[in-house]
Amino acid sequence: MLDQPAWSVGATRTTAFARGLTVMVSTPGAVLFLTALGFGTLVRDAGMTMGHALFLSLVMYALPAQVMVVDQLQRGATLLAVAIAVTLTAVRLLPMTVSLLPYLRDKNSYVLPRILAVHFIAITAWIEGNRRLPHIPEALRLSHFYGIGLGMMAATTVGSVAGYLLAAQLPLLIQAALLFMTPAYFLLSTLASAVTRRDQLAVVLGGALAPLLYLWLPSLDLLIAGLVGGTIAYLCGRVAE
Amino acid sequence: MSTGLHDGYGGYLVLLTICAVAHEPWRWLGFLLGRNLSADSEMFLWVRAVATSLVSGLVMKLVVFPAGTLATVPLWMRIVALLAGLAAYGVGRSSLALGVGGASVTLVALQLLHDAL
Repeated sequence: MLDQPAWSVGATRTTAFARGLTVMVSTPGAVLFLTALGFGTLVRDAGMTMGHALFLSLVMYALPAQVMVVDQLQRGATLLAVAIAVTLTAVRLLPMTVSLLPYLRDKNSYVLPRILAVHFIAITAWIEGNRRLPHIPEALRLSHFYGIGLGMMAATTVGSVAGYLLAAQLPLLIQAALLFMTPAYFLLSTLASAVTRRDQLAVVLGGALAPLLYLWLPSLDLLIAGLVGGTIAYLCGRVAE
Repeated sequence: MSTGLHDGYGGYLVLLTICAVAHEPWRWLGFLLGRNLSADSEMFLWVRAVATSLVSGLVMKLVVFPAGTLATVPLWMRIVALLAGLAAYGVGRSSLALGVGGASVTLVALQLLHDAL
């Protein structure tokens, strides 16, 4: 297998799980933690409780949507409006799940662990899964992904709570800097996982289209940017082949 | 500022409903649709490109039209800071820490400079 990490040669599922957990203390885990600090400060800013921050990190487990919920509630949006906004950020989870599933297919596992595994699909775990799973033996992939997912969940929940507790002490500019880590990290990690020209073009097109579409169709901008940008990038990839 | 979200069980019920109705189903739907898809199919390549474009679009939306505290920093500073992060990422041999750190530090530095001048 190309670029197979040394640890995975003859490794057990337990080792694969433990190795997945250690992704928590790598750069993506650290950046996720810092981004979660920003989320925690936002929750306090909005007058919600620490329990709400913790709940959203565990049950929703996708920072863009979490930020959306708190932000919309803070702006006094109706629950219907909040749900629609959340749905529109969450649509991307569908193609993300579809694209990661082939790596989570393990002939020896039950269906339930695979169904539960999709809860861990959020940007960081998805990018790390995409980066790491193809290079390890198929039998270890699901366990490894559980490790990555649980580790990232720990980073998000601890970060949110810490951010909530620190919020009162942090100046506004530092809060903004923490919030800014989210897009910076999402962009760089998406670029890191876009190894083909097709995916690189998809990054550029999606990024260029979304702000323009937001001005015309603020509710469907992301969906259209993804579909149009991704399809053009895919077709260009086919023509180039 | 307050969201009017109830502190007790009611607030959690609202959040749980949003998660269960608006968020989690997209993961389940992806599971149902993706079960029979192979990793090297044309369909997969397209879906991957769409997901990549969506996430990239989300990034630019968060930078250009942020909600909340980040909006207190002017747009040009956010754009320059993001470019600085990209540059640091490139110079730093694809180091995520350098890139993300560079972007945030640039944002703070620009705002502080602006306030001082």
